Amino acid sequence: MKSARQMGLVACQYCTRVWPGETKICGRCGHHIRSRDPVSLQKVWALWTVGMMCYIPANIYPMLATETLVSSQKNTIVGGALELGRHGAWGIAIVILVASVLIPVGKFMAIAALAFGVTSGSRLKPHTRQILHEIVEYVGRWSMIDVFVVAILSSLVQLGSVASIHPGRASLYFALSVFFTMLSAQAFDSRLIWDADAPPEPDGPPVKGFGPVSQITPDTTFDFPFSAGAATLTVASATERRAEPPFSDPQTRKDSPT
Amino acid sequence: MTRDMTQTDDRTPQTPGAIQGHAPADLAGMIACPRCDAVFRAIEPAPNQRAICTRCHHVLIAPRRRAGKRIIAVSMSVLILLVAASAYPFLSIATTGLSNSSSILDAALAFTSDGLLAALSFVLAGLIVFIPAARAVLSIYVLAPLVLDRDAFPGAPFAFRLSEHLRPWSMAEIFAIGCAVALIKVADLATVSFGPAFWMFALLVLLVVVQDNLACRYSIWKALGE
Repeated sequence: MKSARQMGLVACQYCTRVWPGETKICGRCGHHIRSRDPVSLQKVWALWTVGMMCYIPANIYPMLATETLVSSQKNTIVGGALELGRHGAWGIAIVILVASVLIPVGKFMAIAALAFGVTSGSRLKPHTRQILHEIVEYVGRWSMIDVFVVAILSSLVQLGSVASIHPGRASLYFALSVFFTMLSAQAFDSRLIWDADAPPEPDGPPVKGFGPVSQITPDTTFDFPFSAGAATLTVASATERRAEPPFSDPQTRKDSPT
Repeated sequence: MTRDMTQTDDRTPQTPGAIQGHAPADLAGMIACPRCDAVFRAIEPAPNQRAICTRCHHVLIAPRRRAGKRIIAVSMSVLILLVAASAYPFLSIATTGLSNSSSILDAALAFTSDGLLAALSFVLAGLIVFIPAARAVLSIYVLAPLVLDRDAFPGAPFAFRLSEHLRPWSMAEIFAIGCAVALIKVADLATVSFGPAFWMFALLVLLVVVQDNLACRYSIWKALGE
């Protein structure tokens, strides 16, 4: 299996179309394409740092200011969650702690690990790192829960002097922190994870002719016209077969000659 | 049915010279995994089958039957529900004779009282209401001509690219979970009751998920490219 870069081609990450190596703009979707962004990791680290800088005041300043007839208090993120816990609502306290402490901190660590893994190698398998990146991209947005909670509470609880809730300064910093870490995760080019396994051909980009190309087939293949013509589906070469995941071992293939 | 059956094809009879110079038509039949850059010859799976990258297991092609019409239907429902859910009261609380109700836009614009936080209000309104609405409109704009077998509207590739770009920033479902947390937080402070918009929004969250899972990007791009 070869990457587009090894074949001297460039792929569009938006629409998966493949173009000759010198193409700058995808002819199908109009996206600016490049084989690899040379400053991808710089962008990741820059946005990561800004996100981290916003996360510190987000934890120091109050997130929520509650005023009731008898009391007025300001809560930080962690303080508010612990307060809930003291009132017996541990389930909600845990949701808030997970969404606003565990996920952001874990995200900072995961993005840093991915970026370090590209520059100085990683003990994790590429596939594991790929899953890590997908989790970071998916989970990142969920940190916004706490900001939404503050928004709902401060618009809903406006009962004059009896009870009122106002947003605190931390909500702004927290939202900024979430935005910048989302952008940081998006700036990371997951193709870099796989490049260590498949370095570009040593003799420059082979622009002319790229040899055999792998072929994807659907996950159920019995009733497919091309599976009848077994001649075209020759088994992969020995080196390629070793690189394949275990489930595509010839013995488990549904379309292997029976 | 959903086993990841994949395999590689090492077209050995073909000499490298046979595909030398790779004609554009040759490249058009290929697909590159956006995650790991592996290149494959694309073979269209039948509806409800999936084609999966052999290297990183990313789902490359997953066509659904009549996906275009279904996405348009779902997008229209999303639009209607968004407009209605923004207008009606969402949640209301009452305690000791005082009461207050708030709509989704009220919640999004809760920060306007404070100068610095006002900017956040507009961003939140965008994340909860306007971006999901924009994605629904863009989906209809892109898919309506394709479903009717007409030429795509001008700017359709840009519209679809924008819609894909906005996908992570559409946070309606996160707002819904935020509501659940907020409800429990105020439960001991006051009595909370749901407005009609709350149930519309609950339905909307489900529809947004359906909308995302129906779309097969590869099939749409292919249709747009023709």
